[in-house]
Amino acid sequence: MQQRRDLSQTHTNRVLLNSQLNTPSWWLPTVILLGIVVIIGWVVIGFILNKGLGVTGLSRPVFWGLMIVTFVFWVGISHAGIMISAILRLTQAEWRRPVTRAAELLTVFSLLTALLFPLIHEGRPWRAYWYAPYDFARGIFPSVRSPLVWDPSAIGTYLTGSTLFLYVALLPDLGNLRDRTTGWQKVFYTMLALGWRGNPRQWKLQTIGGILLSALMLPIFVSVHSIVSWDFAVTTGVEGWHSTIFAPYFVIGAVHSGVSAVVTMMALMRWLWKWGDFIRPEHFDALARLLIVVATGWLGFTFLELIFALYTLEGPELALREMQIFSWPWNVWFIVFLLTGYFIPVPLWLFKKVRNNIAMMFWTSILVNIGMWLERFFIVVPGLARKTPFTFAWESYKPSPIEWFLLGWSVAWVSFLMLLFARFFPLVPLFEQKESQVFTTNVKIGRASVPAIIREQE
Amino acid sequence: MTTEVFGKHKWGMVVDVDRCTGCQACVLACQVENNVPLNTQERYERARGMAWIRVERYWEGEFPDVKARFIPILCQHCENAPCEPVCPVFATYHNPEGMNVQIYNRCVGTRYCANGCPYIVRFFNYWEPVWPESFRNHLNPDVTVRSRGIMEKCSFCMQRIRRGVRNAAKENRELEDGEIQTACQQACPTDALVFGDIDPDNNRTNPGRAYSMINDDRAYTLLPRLNTDPNVIYLAKVDPDREGGAGGH
Repeated sequence: MQQRRDLSQTHTNRVLLNSQLNTPSWWLPTVILLGIVVIIGWVVIGFILNKGLGVTGLSRPVFWGLMIVTFVFWVGISHAGIMISAILRLTQAEWRRPVTRAAELLTVFSLLTALLFPLIHEGRPWRAYWYAPYDFARGIFPSVRSPLVWDPSAIGTYLTGSTLFLYVALLPDLGNLRDRTTGWQKVFYTMLALGWRGNPRQWKLQTIGGILLSALMLPIFVSVHSIVSWDFAVTTGVEGWHSTIFAPYFVIGAVHSGVSAVVTMMALMRWLWKWGDFIRPEHFDALARLLIVVATGWLGFTFLELIFALYTLEGPELALREMQIFSWPWNVWFIVFLLTGYFIPVPLWLFKKVRNNIAMMFWTSILVNIGMWLERFFIVVPGLARKTPFTFAWESYKPSPIEWFLLGWSVAWVSFLMLLFARFFPLVPLFEQKESQVFTTNVKIGRASVPAIIREQE
Repeated sequence: MTTEVFGKHKWGMVVDVDRCTGCQACVLACQVENNVPLNTQERYERARGMAWIRVERYWEGEFPDVKARFIPILCQHCENAPCEPVCPVFATYHNPEGMNVQIYNRCVGTRYCANGCPYIVRFFNYWEPVWPESFRNHLNPDVTVRSRGIMEKCSFCMQRIRRGVRNAAKENRELEDGEIQTACQQACPTDALVFGDIDPDNNRTNPGRAYSMINDDRAYTLLPRLNTDPNVIYLAKVDPDREGGAGGH
């Protein structure tokens, strides 16, 4: 599957450090445009803080709305990093190499974005430090029974681990950049490179650090989205939330959306920076094969969740499912959700032509994330919005324009951060790229010459 | 004083649905007693109306044999309250007197408790509450005015309970049954709401009125399938048209 490309180390340096050493012309206008959206977004957040949550469409009994959906969505996207860099690293999947850093970066920035949403969604965000186990004069600790205390702990751990992982993997490239820059940039990279000289001991420590961090982060892979799912699952009174299958269901959904987001990002990187030599169709092919498996597993969980709910034969559960699937306007969105989340992209990925077509992969991966956002919407909102005997309200939840704007803003915000990072740091890890070139040799099998990785035998 | 005087009771309420005429006097009394913000049309249109106690109306049967049913809904002060464990900062907790209490200045406004509540009796202050100038001097000084961004709900008129218990302790006597009345109970013209101590130990020698009602044949609690164990007990409607005489809610 791996097609050998003989790329010299000079070529690799020149192409991959392009963004740092001579900024592409499209970069500044794009960043300014995104920056304007970002600034408007912060003003809107300031407006919410100033006026109160009345500016959202939240009501009684739909106390959690679009912002929580967006929070779950971004936590889901963040599973990209750990899937690509930890699991594929430990399973020694060679094709992961060009995308490890971008995936890890996506993790860090989407987690930052995800953390922001519950915060601005709070009534009194300036009191949010009460979540922390910080002993006051009053001696009140946070309630450890609440999933909202588990949440920041899990996400905080994930964010710390991912940031460390990103930094450890960045060190050799920082050293490379330090040697190629002058002036303030040289000072900047010298400080960040922590004296990286590339001697054998440093390489050994860096490799061990990377493997240790991936292994340590494996439990987080299971825990983060499980804990996010418990925000909903522990709530006994809300049908559609109180389900024991939520933890694995959320995790596999997160991998589905996260890996799709990596595909989207890879296509963008290939187009924007013209890194066709490094991000190749076979990488898309490999990711699409992975996605077929993940997506099918996820679809299985989606139906299992439904079956678990129907199996109880409890009136409220049945009523909720009936509302979700058959009643207007939910039914239309339910069909859109199934089509975009699974039934359009996955059958397409079965064809090799589609898997190797970058544009097709780009659009199908976007579709998946639309579907996955809808999935989170279907989990969070209908359970609350369904009229119960005690709702006693005529109106229901209608997201306000501000909430819709913040959803779009979150995408702009993550893209803005990614582009800003890409200006100063290489998005494709140079040393990983070179390492894979060194490892790959042509093996003769009969008459054919096949590129393959030969590892030293212990 | 707190530990000596308070914590000896288990408060509860009996709601006789058969007596309720749906007049909404309790709703108004509660609104005035507890400084609940005014409900404007705009608030109701956005489903943000606040009423710590509300009278729900149902239509039963088909026209012309249609009957209006009323049921007052307030915080059930559950023993296994779904709202309590989910609060990350202990802003809502179960106090020793069997009440589910909300600490306004501890609340950060996650609204998680409100999602958990199956009776939907928790209310969020989406806006800073505003009263017309003429109302400002009518606010009850015993009750905190809640700012925006926090949850509020029925407190069983905590301020009245505290005052009653404190007065009894001051006069060095036992608290009498019926001495403490909640605002809704006081306003109810048909005596459908009865508040009192429902702890069996406290009612052994001289059973109180509320306690004697909770073992009635008509007694039931709302949503028993969720096992929330409410301290508000309902007495079912007596309906001679229905088989067995007493109907469910």
